[in-house]
Amino acid sequence: MIRLDSLSLDDLLMKRKGLRRQLSAQTDLREIRIAVLGGSTTNEVVDLLELVLLSSGFRPTFYQCEYGRFYEEAVHDPQALIDFRPDLVYLHTSCQNIQGFAPLQSSEEELQGYVDAEVDRYRSIWAGLDVLGCQIIQNNFELPAFAILGNMDAVAYGGHSSFVMRLNLAFAKAAATNSKLLIQDVHRLSARLGLTQWFDWERWFSYKILNSAEASLVMARSLASIILGLYGRSRKVLVLDLDNTLWGGVIGDDGADKIQIGRETPIAEAYTAFQEYCLSLRNRGVLLAVCSKNNEDIAKQGFEHPDSVLKLEHISCFKANWEPKHENILAIGRELNLGVDSFVFIDDNPAERAIVEAQVDGIAVPDVGSNVSSYAGIIEAGRYFEPVSLSKEDLDRAALYAGNSQRANFESKFADYGEYLDSLKMTAEIDVFKPVYLERIAQLTNKTNQFNLTTRRYTMAEIESIAADDQYIGLYGKLSDRFGDNGLISIVLGRKEGTTLHMDLWLMSCRVLKRDMEVAMLDAVVERARSAGVERLLGYYLPTKKNGMVADHYEKLGFTRTDSTAGSDEASTFSLSLAGYTPRNSHIKVTELVHG
Amino acid sequence: MDNLLSELQEIFRDVFDQEDLGLTRESNASTIEDWDSLAHVNLVTSIEKRYRIKFALGELQGLKNVGDMIDLIQVKLAQK
Repeated sequence: MIRLDSLSLDDLLMKRKGLRRQLSAQTDLREIRIAVLGGSTTNEVVDLLELVLLSSGFRPTFYQCEYGRFYEEAVHDPQALIDFRPDLVYLHTSCQNIQGFAPLQSSEEELQGYVDAEVDRYRSIWAGLDVLGCQIIQNNFELPAFAILGNMDAVAYGGHSSFVMRLNLAFAKAAATNSKLLIQDVHRLSARLGLTQWFDWERWFSYKILNSAEASLVMARSLASIILGLYGRSRKVLVLDLDNTLWGGVIGDDGADKIQIGRETPIAEAYTAFQEYCLSLRNRGVLLAVCSKNNEDIAKQGFEHPDSVLKLEHISCFKANWEPKHENILAIGRELNLGVDSFVFIDDNPAERAIVEAQVDGIAVPDVGSNVSSYAGIIEAGRYFEPVSLSKEDLDRAALYAGNSQRANFESKFADYGEYLDSLKMTAEIDVFKPVYLERIAQLTNKTNQFNLTTRRYTMAEIESIAADDQYIGLYGKLSDRFGDNGLISIVLGRKEGTTLHMDLWLMSCRVLKRDMEVAMLDAVVERARSAGVERLLGYYLPTKKNGMVADHYEKLGFTRTDSTAGSDEASTFSLSLAGYTPRNSHIKVTELVHG
Repeated sequence: MDNLLSELQEIFRDVFDQEDLGLTRESNASTIEDWDSLAHVNLVTSIEKRYRIKFALGELQGLKNVGDMIDLIQVKLAQK
């Protein structure tokens, strides 16, 4: 069995496919279906999550929404999600997805208004996912990368940090009354890694991945621990060595009154702090067990030391003898009637750690080293004891009436998809190829694979000569909405032959899918073609491995299929007569219509 | 086969999980079937981690093939 914890991030990324193949060969994996709705590119987190889950006894199947369409798919277009039948949904959003920060000069009330608007948006997502009847994991937000107001960013009502902190508080309140909603604490995860290591702007600009690979791994591991918790597979028992683990020194040699515990020396303080950490775990339900090579009577004297935070009553199972530790651990499992795969073993001695790890199936043996000051942090980083609820009955009862009042408020914010599109306040600029855009146009023809009807690639020189040739009608489209400017995202290129316009190219960036931009582009092509004496458009679809999503593009736009070749592997041709064509776009305001 | 090319071949074999993948300076996204945009991110990240370098924005856009990439890596390594 491969232990992922022993592999570096470099190896995980580079050898992912091979690891996946080997881990998938395991039997007795539990199937789990996970839908990921992301506000950025989620593939890296999903790839890593798949590895971590495969190594934790699960066989995940994933669904990922179209790029950035987490809101639309949850609220307006959930059919694909419903068909996928997920066991859980992961909503992965970030600061980049916040639609309206409060303006700088905001009052406290105004800030709260902006926060409420943002939370409402998420509430309608969560309510929209209700139909799936499954658990939702929603991450909260990392602090914004830039504190424009410096230290005041977390104080002033117009500070983005103030906004994010209030937003996270509102998410926490929502989750506290909704047992279907779990929060992944990205605020803490990103703080632990450090925001400088968390964000990766090259990847954001190039691939729309906001975070570093390190951050992806952190998120994947934390998600896996939540999922293990949901399926009752969080670990339950902390098994502790004694000498130089729970106290300093060797009690059998030094005597109970000479062990290091208490407040007298730095070393004693450190062991006391670790005992306090163990006790706080115990107070929230983690069982403590002792496994030590010692004489039992002498070992127990350590707990009677007046400064010992841990008392014998805190220890659920006590094994101090001279038998091998792995045998004692199996005995602890039998006595507690718990699987040893729910155990975490802490020992300062690397030889003991090695034999226990090798001999006890499924036990977690973190490399805690031998420095007591680090023990708690290392256990913490292992996320072994992830709880998903505390006194669940209380939460469910609260959720019942909170849920009813919420549903009334947020049931359907928009009557239909058209109303939603209108709310985006989209404006487009559509015009013939202009010198300033030729480079971007050539680049788009070379990198667009999915929404691309013919996948023809053009060089900059070819685009330049097309722009100068009046036998061609080449249009670009830019689209803005209330969240910002999407830039130049669509290109349509027609070649005139008599009264026919052959559509050599039609492509669009996936970031503006299902916005009706293609309808606006068609209107513009038709207008320009008519004034050039064109009577019909001929569209072509050349199938590739990647452009299946546009197989019915022309038919959706009202073209009629003209070729007789059956079968989806063949190129197909579609025709549209311009007689009687009237403009169809009604959701996008076009600022520079093409005029013949 | 020069060193960098054979090292890259190992990385490509790992990333694509194809033991017999043969890499030349002329290889590019159209000669390697699985080299799509997702694999590309993975490749770039793996190469950056392997050589402890970081490609700047735009540096990868002009590359035509693996040979160009090797030349770029050499430049970046020389700058370290």
